[in-house]
Amino acid sequence: MTAHLPVLQVIIPLLAAPLCALARRGRIAWGIALATSWTTFWIAIQLLARVRSEGPISYALGGWAAPVGIEYRIDLLSAFVLVIVTGIGAVVTPYALKSVEREIEAAKIPLFYAAFVLCLTGLLGITVTGDVFNVFVFLEISSLSAYALIGLGQDRRALTAAFQYLIMGSIGATFIVIGIGMMYVMTGSLNMADLSVLLAELGPNRTIVVAFGFLTVGISLKLALFPLHLWLPNAYTYAPSTVTAFIAATATKVAVYMLLRFFFTIFGVVFSFDVMQLDRVLLPLALIAIVTMSLVAIFQTNVKRMLAYSSVAQIGYMILGISLASVTGLTGGILHLFNHALIKGSLFMAMGCVMYRVGSVEIDAMRGLGKKMPWTMAAFVAGGLSLIGVPLTVGFISKWYLILGALERGWWPVAALILAASLMAVVYIWRVVEVAYFQEGPGEDSSIVEAPLALLIPTWVLVFANFYFGIDATFTTEVAGAAARSLMGLVP
Amino acid sequence: MGSLMGLPPFLIFFVGALVVALTTGHVRRGVLLAIPVIGALNLLGLEIGDTVEFEMLGYTLVPFKVDRLAMMFGYLFHLAAFLGNLYALHLEKKDGAGVQHTSAVLYAGSAIGAVYTGDLISLFVFWELLALTSVFLIWARKTERSFRVGFRYLVIHVLSGVLLLSGALMLAHETGSIAFGPIELDGSMAGWVILLAFGIKAAFPLVHNWITDAYPEGTPTGTVFLSAFTTKVAVFALVRTFAGADVLIYVGVTMTCFPIFYAVIENDLRRVLSYSMINQIGFMVTGVGLGTALALNGAVAHAFADVIFKGLLFMTMGSVLQMTGRINGSDLGGLYKTMPITATFCVIGALAISAFPLFSAFITKSMVMTAALEEGHVWVWPFLLFASAGVLEHAGIKIPYFSFFGHDSGIRAKEPPKNMLAAMMIGAVLCVVIGVFPGLLYSLLPFAAEYHPYDLTHVLTQMQLLLFGALAVVWLMRTGIYPPEIRALNIDAEWTYRWLGPRLIRGIGGAVARVDSAVRGRVLAVVRKALRGAHRGHGPQGILARTWPTGSMILWVAILLAAFLVFYFLSQTF
Repeated sequence: MTAHLPVLQVIIPLLAAPLCALARRGRIAWGIALATSWTTFWIAIQLLARVRSEGPISYALGGWAAPVGIEYRIDLLSAFVLVIVTGIGAVVTPYALKSVEREIEAAKIPLFYAAFVLCLTGLLGITVTGDVFNVFVFLEISSLSAYALIGLGQDRRALTAAFQYLIMGSIGATFIVIGIGMMYVMTGSLNMADLSVLLAELGPNRTIVVAFGFLTVGISLKLALFPLHLWLPNAYTYAPSTVTAFIAATATKVAVYMLLRFFFTIFGVVFSFDVMQLDRVLLPLALIAIVTMSLVAIFQTNVKRMLAYSSVAQIGYMILGISLASVTGLTGGILHLFNHALIKGSLFMAMGCVMYRVGSVEIDAMRGLGKKMPWTMAAFVAGGLSLIGVPLTVGFISKWYLILGALERGWWPVAALILAASLMAVVYIWRVVEVAYFQEGPGEDSSIVEAPLALLIPTWVLVFANFYFGIDATFTTEVAGAAARSLMGLVP
Repeated sequence: MGSLMGLPPFLIFFVGALVVALTTGHVRRGVLLAIPVIGALNLLGLEIGDTVEFEMLGYTLVPFKVDRLAMMFGYLFHLAAFLGNLYALHLEKKDGAGVQHTSAVLYAGSAIGAVYTGDLISLFVFWELLALTSVFLIWARKTERSFRVGFRYLVIHVLSGVLLLSGALMLAHETGSIAFGPIELDGSMAGWVILLAFGIKAAFPLVHNWITDAYPEGTPTGTVFLSAFTTKVAVFALVRTFAGADVLIYVGVTMTCFPIFYAVIENDLRRVLSYSMINQIGFMVTGVGLGTALALNGAVAHAFADVIFKGLLFMTMGSVLQMTGRINGSDLGGLYKTMPITATFCVIGALAISAFPLFSAFITKSMVMTAALEEGHVWVWPFLLFASAGVLEHAGIKIPYFSFFGHDSGIRAKEPPKNMLAAMMIGAVLCVVIGVFPGLLYSLLPFAAEYHPYDLTHVLTQMQLLLFGALAVVWLMRTGIYPPEIRALNIDAEWTYRWLGPRLIRGIGGAVARVDSAVRGRVLAVVRKALRGAHRGHGPQGILARTWPTGSMILWVAILLAAFLVFYFLSQTF
């Protein structure tokens, strides 16, 4: 049984999807989704424990050995990302019950959960597989289900947002498959480990360079790197609250994982950074993203939209860490994968609580909520502190490593910029705090009370995690550090 | 009480704050007074060298470490917390008592926590807590203005914290150590960043505005707390890290002199005290810059005395504000008729700050001045002398004269509540006790240096300075040379700066203020313009935030792909 855990990680949610769709009642579908998400979380933890004690796991699908057959390969990085994705899934699913019942019409709820577990399947598949074409297949599974999930939002603009995401996501996926195709043409292999050996033998070659270009743009589109982020704000803003919390905390993280896989594992550090100078492309875009998107977030009036722009800025931090191309920088980037999932998860879930009671996440709707929904707003403030990077929160840990990484390279201005952007985060979080705590609500609306526990408990679980992993960061820093060392080609 | 001994002192305050938040009425009053007392008993159980440390992210964090310097400030802050709590004891629900009491106790706890830290990261945590907890003492005034002021206060203090953290990071990178100890300024960026972080909290020139902006806007009781902790923590940090840094001598001397011009033309009496505060910190900073054992002792001792006499003056002005609702010098006067006790305490505070013999500043301020002479910084002496005269003028005479004497404003306010009087009385008694028995304070001083304040030269010089000032006052009043309002402004300056003339002083003050406001206006205009520009680009309809049509998104994709391909092609060929 335990030998098959890598494939079960993907198969279980894949099989759960039709079951959810067949279930007539929303609660049954929810029960299936809940069982699925918790099981996958358990599997992910088992896998991480095994990888940590025994090293990378290789699983030949259907017994066909690589490179002919499809290989599932789980190393420290993929196990870490699996834990992030399933962990967020396990927290979001209990939260979904009430939030989804409020925001989505009853008839569509079973289909919603079907799409939800499919999306989970796709994200997990991308992470476990060691086969590049398989990556594309799972990417399409996760993306198509994500479009459907976003399109279910209450606001009619959700449909156009989903449509735009569909177009952009498809272009991204097409670029990726073009890149994969070119590599296949040149090497005749689709297996990642095999590819990295063959590509190194092949040496620089124009087709490979073009493939590299297509992959850069395709993956940047999926992870919403500035200026290819334009689909993201609308998608996050108009999607149902649960979907926003889930996608914001997982989808872009998996895209960053793809970036690491392609450019570090397959192309290799030497080719990507010394020959192609990927860092020179990524670094400026990351810095622009950090500054301008934080600024844009300051001026937003819709809090979900504000957090969406903040996400683009935070992705900038991860890419910044990666483009430092050093162990410290990479550790910071990988840590921020984990930490940002916790941060944005808790913030978007707090906003989901507001949506549940108030029906709006416009900043004006938050007036006086500090008194009416004290736990919800406290969760938002705690998540906000973590986003800013206050010590004792996870945000501090990742920024610490990023700044150390920048200083190692002697890039003072970059370190200063990271700190300046933290101050911008203070401003946009503060705007919400000011309205919620220092302005009186519009009259006595007794219908607005604290959100139900079914929403609050998952939210606070994530908030707690923000502080727990901020205080005791040994686990995350160890795993991220070891993953970074192995990506850089050093012995872990 | 045995089991209580030896705890990190801030814990008592933080737990106490929780109790304060959960209780009301007499129970809460009891707890408020008990916290500093229990805390002080706990201090007796601390041993020099007690340490708590643990490893985090490869650095040794030392959140608690006891040395003589920390103990000195520990006692001082417990005393200040007791006086402040006693002074604020009467607050009721309508004053926001819960918020004010809780944040005051947390604030005091953060200050105490900060002085017992042994590394810069732990210091940073308390540094930011100082800002976060104290801002509620300003917001509790509940006016639109106090809200804005509090926000500005918070921003500049958070900035100071961020600078401290960046400095710590740089230092960790340069030296591999984050210890909170002496830091070199030579050729090290880290040292200067940390100095700037401390400088903001210590109100160095050009970054001092938060004091004069925020302290006059605090609640009558809140400002008493504000005046005691934040700047003194900064002075403590400077003593720890930058003792003997020459640059601090220049900074300190500037700080002693420039506020005097502003204090002369200021009408809000609590703002006058805020300027006076910068001036007093200037003496301490000068002492730190001189860096000898005597000078450092002087800086620390003056900080000790300053917390008490400045606290006392803020308490008397708080009483005036509370009982009359006014604080502008031009609105007040003649209050001694109905508030004789407060007036007496105010005069004692004024005597103490002016360094009359037998009052506290007399035995502390002169340590710095003597050290300057001993170290051969002769040029420092006249500036400090001028500054001392300035103190006599704006704090020693202007404060009591405008509020309690001067022309009768017709206000007949009652004495403040008993708890406020009691707090002021303790402050006043301490001002005298320290002045009369200097040995008490000297025995606490952390560095080894002999100093005897009551020698003939010192007493004579100081008496000359002060008595000639007083003589001039009497003479001018008798002859009626100056109209009453202007007399109050310029009595002391008249004696010290006979050749300059009072108008010139006001002229200089006015000119400095005009240049200052012009520069500030220019800067503000630039900031506004930048904000407007940012809004154009980044606002909801800005080019960066608009919802773009799908087509133009794809255009971006195409552009980026083309750019990447060209770039990759080039980086390949070269």
